[in-house]
Amino acid sequence: MIKFWKIKPSVGLLSIPYSFVFIFFFFIPLVLTLIISFWDYNEYSIIPDFILENYIYIFKDCFNYEKDMCVTFKTYLSTFIFCFITWFFTLIIGFFVAYFLAFYVNSITWQIVLFLLCTIPFWTSNVIRMISWIPLLGRNGLVNDFLLYIGLTDTPQEWLLYSGFSIVLAFVHLYTLFMIVPIFNSMMRIDKSIIEAAYDNGANGLQILWNVIIPLCKPGIVIGSIFVITVVMGDFITIGIMGGQQIPSIGKIIYVEMSYLQLPAAAANAVILLALTLLIIWIMTKMIDIRKEL
Amino acid sequence: MLNKKNKTYYICVFFFCLFVLFLYGPTFTIVLLSFQGPDGGLTFPLNGVSIYWFEELWRGGSVVDIGSAFKRSIILGLIVMVLTVLLSVSAGLAFRKKFWGSDMLFFATVASLIVPSIVLSLGVALQFRLLDDFTKWLGSTFDINYINEFFQTSLGMFTSGLGAQLTWTLPFGLLIMFAVFNRFDKSYEEAARDLGASPWKTFKEIVFPLIAPSIIGIALFGFTLSYDELARSSQVMGAGNTLPLELKGLTTTVTTPVIYALGTVTTFVSFSVIGISIVCYIWLKRNKG
Repeated sequence: MIKFWKIKPSVGLLSIPYSFVFIFFFFIPLVLTLIISFWDYNEYSIIPDFILENYIYIFKDCFNYEKDMCVTFKTYLSTFIFCFITWFFTLIIGFFVAYFLAFYVNSITWQIVLFLLCTIPFWTSNVIRMISWIPLLGRNGLVNDFLLYIGLTDTPQEWLLYSGFSIVLAFVHLYTLFMIVPIFNSMMRIDKSIIEAAYDNGANGLQILWNVIIPLCKPGIVIGSIFVITVVMGDFITIGIMGGQQIPSIGKIIYVEMSYLQLPAAAANAVILLALTLLIIWIMTKMIDIRKEL
Repeated sequence: MLNKKNKTYYICVFFFCLFVLFLYGPTFTIVLLSFQGPDGGLTFPLNGVSIYWFEELWRGGSVVDIGSAFKRSIILGLIVMVLTVLLSVSAGLAFRKKFWGSDMLFFATVASLIVPSIVLSLGVALQFRLLDDFTKWLGSTFDINYINEFFQTSLGMFTSGLGAQLTWTLPFGLLIMFAVFNRFDKSYEEAARDLGASPWKTFKEIVFPLIAPSIIGIALFGFTLSYDELARSSQVMGAGNTLPLELKGLTTTVTTPVIYALGTVTTFVSFSVIGISIVCYIWLKRNKG
């Protein structure tokens, strides 16, 4: 017979409170979202049921080719475009910032100081960082003043703020860090002697960058890309504030439906958004062998 | 090695400086604009220099009750900070060995970082709504007076709000713990154990002092990420809004520099917390040696 008092408490038990949070505030809510997306609703309440109307409504008119593109597809298309442009700029900027930190800053202390300098804004308010563009990009903002002053235009440019441009700018401003950290991490793991070997064999800087550093940074690039793309896919705050509440996004559809208490409809949209996000991540992780990289 | 001090080096330095300017420049402009005189507007040029807009903010003039939102945010941030430290350090200790469900838990941790925040916020809100319905059903079916008279909703800052924020802060805490234990020299611990120290004593005397600087880092993530959290909190805070939620509302209604003054104040709070954390971190690192 097992004497229970002789079993040593496992250290694994320490994970119970942590697990509890993820079961109760992550796993169950997502399962409920999936279930409720098949429920019915009226103005006051949600009604247990199994109907497909919530999904059918989302794709209403989407497969009718005589009409214009449906709202849902338009919204997804616009979100994908934001994703792509943001991904492109955060990748380029993030890569070169990480490259500078990893290969051109030799003292560890300076590396830490400069890395912190890039990280600190992440710990401050996103909303403040968004509205701080208003005095720069607005109708009477600094950029317009400057453009008028040098005579590049004679009327203030309206497209600078509350437009696709300001949305992308804010995304790049907020999320380049998500690229810098994983890419920098990958770069720091590169054995410096590999670069020296390439150099000794006559490779120039560009060749080293393209044939040695970038391939070795692939895991960092993929992880950073996943972060940036998922955060833009589900965004409704940045697109709301920087787009002047005029530009649609999937996150915003969910947000609005929730405020009208159309919860099952919001849940259906959330399920589709989540499925698409997971699909994108799945495709991206195919590009690297994650297990090999850990 | 990549030779220093050539043309590429200077281009890189220039590029990095531009990036830092891009990061901090806009915030600096609103700090500047918040110190305008009473006639100041939302853009340059500066109309005089004063602390008028801070006084206005303090009086609560045109703005909603910022003071209590501020207090709520700080309290919630501190609670999230303490829980993030306790839960992620204990989970980090557990993860040093494989345990039942450890792979699943790791997967959930990573998934929580990349699941769209609005989806999670919706999910938690739905869960608490069902919980409310269930509680009310219990109340009416079993005639529980207390529920029938007083119960309104279980949704609130310290229930659903706290939980939703933890799904955002805990993954950072656990990943920091992974980084710490990957570089951790186990021989100190083994020595302590060999000398007959109990597991608790080993943790208290050996492990904890070694990981203390990193715990400061986890606390920093816990507080600042909670204090500024917006997307996950948006649907789950119940009656009382946190500061970022109020701020988001203000972006569409307020047209005076009072919003910049508020921005300056919250940024100041964030920077103070970051500064204190960095000082504590350095102090702990020094004391260890």
